[in-house]
Amino acid sequence: MGNHSHHHSYNFDERFEFAGKAKMFSIIAVVVGLAAIAFGLLSSEHVIVERTYANLLLMGYYFTCVCAAGAFFCALQFVTQSAWSAGLIRVPQAMASILPIASVILLVICGLGLTTHNLYHHWNADGLTDPNSPNYDALVAGKSAFLNVPGFLIRQVIFMGTYSIFAITFAKLSYKEDLEGGLTSYKKSFKLSAIFLVIFGFTTPIWSFDTIMSLEAHWFSTMFGWYNFAAMWVSGISVITIIVIALKKAGYLNWVNENHLHDLGKLMFGFSIFWTYVWFAQFILIWYSNIPEETVYFYKRWEPEYKPWFWLSIIINFVAPLLLLVDRDAKRKQNSMLFVAIVLLCGHWLDYYIMIMPGTVESHRGFGIIEIGTAIGFVGLFVFLVMNKISKHPLAAKNHPFLDESLNHQI
Amino acid sequence: MSNTKYILGSFADPDEMMAGIDKLQKNNISIYDCFTPMPIHGIEAKLGVAPSRLPYAAFGFGALGTVLGFSLLYYTMVHDWPMNIGGKPSFAIPNFVPVTFEVTILICALGMVATFFYRNHLFPGRTPRVMDLRATDDRFVIAIDAKENTDHALIDGLLKEAGAVEVKYNDRKYVSYE
Repeated sequence: MGNHSHHHSYNFDERFEFAGKAKMFSIIAVVVGLAAIAFGLLSSEHVIVERTYANLLLMGYYFTCVCAAGAFFCALQFVTQSAWSAGLIRVPQAMASILPIASVILLVICGLGLTTHNLYHHWNADGLTDPNSPNYDALVAGKSAFLNVPGFLIRQVIFMGTYSIFAITFAKLSYKEDLEGGLTSYKKSFKLSAIFLVIFGFTTPIWSFDTIMSLEAHWFSTMFGWYNFAAMWVSGISVITIIVIALKKAGYLNWVNENHLHDLGKLMFGFSIFWTYVWFAQFILIWYSNIPEETVYFYKRWEPEYKPWFWLSIIINFVAPLLLLVDRDAKRKQNSMLFVAIVLLCGHWLDYYIMIMPGTVESHRGFGIIEIGTAIGFVGLFVFLVMNKISKHPLAAKNHPFLDESLNHQI
Repeated sequence: MSNTKYILGSFADPDEMMAGIDKLQKNNISIYDCFTPMPIHGIEAKLGVAPSRLPYAAFGFGALGTVLGFSLLYYTMVHDWPMNIGGKPSFAIPNFVPVTFEVTILICALGMVATFFYRNHLFPGRTPRVMDLRATDDRFVIAIDAKENTDHALIDGLLKEAGAVEVKYNDRKYVSYE
């Protein structure tokens, strides 16, 4: 705003200190998670082992998606030359910089799931593509040019590898900007972001077709990629919101105020509606045309063991943000935002649960030590890695060209 | 007693106008309104303008749209002329969602525009009410009610001190386009 200067006394070199309870609890959570996963994998019952794999895939995918959403957030801010987010950009940057770790974990889960036949057995089993085999499945055979083990793994490596390279580059350029100043890093980030968004936009649907949709390989939906993207983006925004509020409650990030929170709230609200829109678009097309090979997906989810969860997912992910965040004040208050963000994270866990379980464990689904333990473990790992990353760098990108504008952001 | 109804301080720079508001408020001079060619961040809070009530209108029109859309579908698809479409029941809720949704958005958007026009006297054919023509172009104007604030010399001094390029004493509230 011209020469209308605002005087502030923020310490942009301030660093988050990752120690004490936060660190201890995240490590305990990882241990709890490892114990639950070991308990599940070492079980003598095949169903329990498979259930553990399904949960590992769920949380591994969720973890990777949230980190990828961090990279997407950074890229989006650069490409749109957004100013409001400059003060909190270190949070999505930290999420983006652990994307390589998340990717490796997901790759290991997918790889082990494929080789042990605990995941993706709808298309990865003996004789499915062999016309002379009694197991021959014409539908799967028809898709095998795309849906085969080497192809699957190569795509996973290329997609997640590409996202990871861009993600860590965004973070690195910003850390470099802290030291060197100038516009070189920003301009470079702008260009890379534009390239990244095009790649990301075209490949994430294929990535979700591979990772999640192929669990039920006979079924397909062209809406599935966007539906997954919506879930990824809402949960990513929710995680950013939770970390920002947690940092503020711990006395950091004083320059982030209710105006920035309001913007995060709008994104959470808007993209929850978008999630519902895509979810419903997928549903109504299948419901309307009523083709058996398409309706099978929803029939499975309307079996008694899934139906209540199926509806609960819609209520949590649509009705809850709609009613709780429609009010302006609700988007500007830390506690209401924190509550909705946590509700949405649980809601999208359930969303992924509904996507994954009917294609893996089918009627042997459960909700117990394995589900809760695996989730706790991954949350602990995420908190540990992200907060550790955040503690390594100043909390503000002090040479970000739009930082001053972000401080004066007002809506 | 002069016939002056409103004193208008005309600024060429928004920051100077903001400083002018501060100066006037420090001297307990109430400001009638400000007119600017573009939105100025923080001016509503400074002037104590109450938040817009447009969202209430939006909700009302949206609810009306939902009812209208749903009623239209119910009347045409269920009551008046039920048709067999793919063997589905006439009153099939998923069918109703897209149209109800779209009519909600449509009525909500049109209603908001109409409300906005009504409140701002912008209906086609209505004479626009403008206190200073250049406030729609390149000037940032503070309007002060001259009857409520009688020390005109003080106001004049404060406005000029803040950087006003022109101070007008208007006998009429609105300028005409003639």
